[in-house]
Amino acid sequence: MAVDAAGYSLKLGPRTRRRKLVNLVMQAIATLAALAAVAVLVLVIYSVARRGVAALSWDFFTKTAATFGQPGGGVANVLVGSIVIVAGATLMALPVGILVALYVSEFAPRRLANLVKLVLDILNGLPSIIIGIFVYGLLVIGSGQAAWKGSFALAIIMLPLISRATQEVLALVPSTLREGALALGASRWRTVVGVVLPTSIGGIVTGTVLAIARAAGETAPLLFTTSIAANAVTWDPRQPVLGIPFDIFVLSESPDPADHARAWALGFVLITFILVTSLTARILLARHRQKLEG
Amino acid sequence: MEADTMMDKVAPIEIAQPQEASKSAAGREVVFETRDLGVLYGKSPAVMGVSLSIYQNLVTAIIGPSGCGKSTFLRSLNRMNDLVSGARIDGEVLYHGQDIYSDGVDPVEVRRRIGMVFQKPNPFPKSIYDNVAWGLRVLGMKDNLDDRVERALTQAAIWDEVKDRLKKGAYGLSGGQQQRLCIARAIAVEPDVVLLDEPASALDPIATSKIEDLMHDLKNEYTLVIVTHNMQQAARVADMTAFFSLERTETGGHGLLVEYDETSKIFTQPTDKRTEGYVTGRFG
Repeated sequence: MAVDAAGYSLKLGPRTRRRKLVNLVMQAIATLAALAAVAVLVLVIYSVARRGVAALSWDFFTKTAATFGQPGGGVANVLVGSIVIVAGATLMALPVGILVALYVSEFAPRRLANLVKLVLDILNGLPSIIIGIFVYGLLVIGSGQAAWKGSFALAIIMLPLISRATQEVLALVPSTLREGALALGASRWRTVVGVVLPTSIGGIVTGTVLAIARAAGETAPLLFTTSIAANAVTWDPRQPVLGIPFDIFVLSESPDPADHARAWALGFVLITFILVTSLTARILLARHRQKLEG
Repeated sequence: MEADTMMDKVAPIEIAQPQEASKSAAGREVVFETRDLGVLYGKSPAVMGVSLSIYQNLVTAIIGPSGCGKSTFLRSLNRMNDLVSGARIDGEVLYHGQDIYSDGVDPVEVRRRIGMVFQKPNPFPKSIYDNVAWGLRVLGMKDNLDDRVERALTQAAIWDEVKDRLKKGAYGLSGGQQQRLCIARAIAVEPDVVLLDEPASALDPIATSKIEDLMHDLKNEYTLVIVTHNMQQAARVADMTAFFSLERTETGGHGLLVEYDETSKIFTQPTDKRTEGYVTGRFG
């Protein structure tokens, strides 16, 4: 008899057939789950765009709300309001966020650095309504609402985002560059300002843009801090102003169907802004990483 | 400025030169004197008990097998080990008689006088000009900035290659050019000593020989200490050579100084068996 060839068979037996089947099914389920995630985003964008685009007009961007029941009018005050609030928040969060990141990455002893990182993560996880109430208690009670108080609340949300993003790019800066600078007799601070920060600027910008995109969509922190405002365009951060997300809420509660259309349109504007900034930021970051990792 | 004494560009000094009076340590000022120097990372010593003197305007080479602590020793001479968390110093490093690890001494001031060139070229992500000018600006040497930059690049024998592209990024240079740029950056701030940590180990032979020629020129103005794992390189460039070896112990091992003498003696008549074994290629 020849040697039994079955022991070396490469064909599927009953057991391996079952294993192969399970593998296929699980792969299919995982793929479907991923498709579902993509579908949700596409559906949201599509439905907002379908209902929102119709209400977009020149007046929508340039005029303030018309008197109730009257045709026309727009949301110029709300668009400007969002710009004022978010710009103010960025001005507050950016320098502090970078300094915190520098402390953690460049100066702090490891244990303290880890502690600060943990605190930032917790801060990042705080419900934004809590931050809103905190700022309300701290700044608003007794003196009223103002755009800058809303900015302050948003800045608390942006701070951990900017700080963590900055830490990540600082970690990519090769330590040989720091050594090169220190070996010239530069102090740590000069090394950071002159070599480390310029090297990581691309990543810091990216992190900031992502934080801006996130903050622009926040509603809860603005509820108690800047939500009762006159129907007029103002760039003054000492005045209370309305932001886009909060106005979407107000408009969609209105009995006037034209306001509903404006709510959708505002939603479309906001979602477009967030999509464009997030995508740009990610492309920038990818380029920056490539450059650093060479 | 003393830097005006231009080096003799016409005749690069031959390698493997014979004995000359200028190579001897005798009568030269001592720049560094280490006394029973040890460096520990945490509890484990990287190098222990090093006592040697480094003389002015000579090239001193530190050679030895991997892990013998030669880089660690070098980095202890300008307090670069301070940057490593957990690094500790035993013994003394006297720089012109002052202990650089004593209380009142500022490591930033130490490094300003004792420059360093690293194993891998590490130019800043700036223009060629700004790579050299940055240190000058930081240290407030802003008068005649252009002249200082040109002089440093000339001394580092790279001026002719970069003079038409000073504003271009340093990352466009070849590895060998980047390393000479780093040397220019280090000498621009007019240090007293330049430490070189295997400066040619990442370079090809032609770039390496340029760096070696450069060291012959630079020692007229600076005191050079070079770590190298390349014995031929030590033989070619160094006046004095220190041989470090790895002492194995139960807990691992640490580096120690085995023998320190004129380069020609280390390579032709070493007194220690371990040195002889290393330089004749029997181990390491």
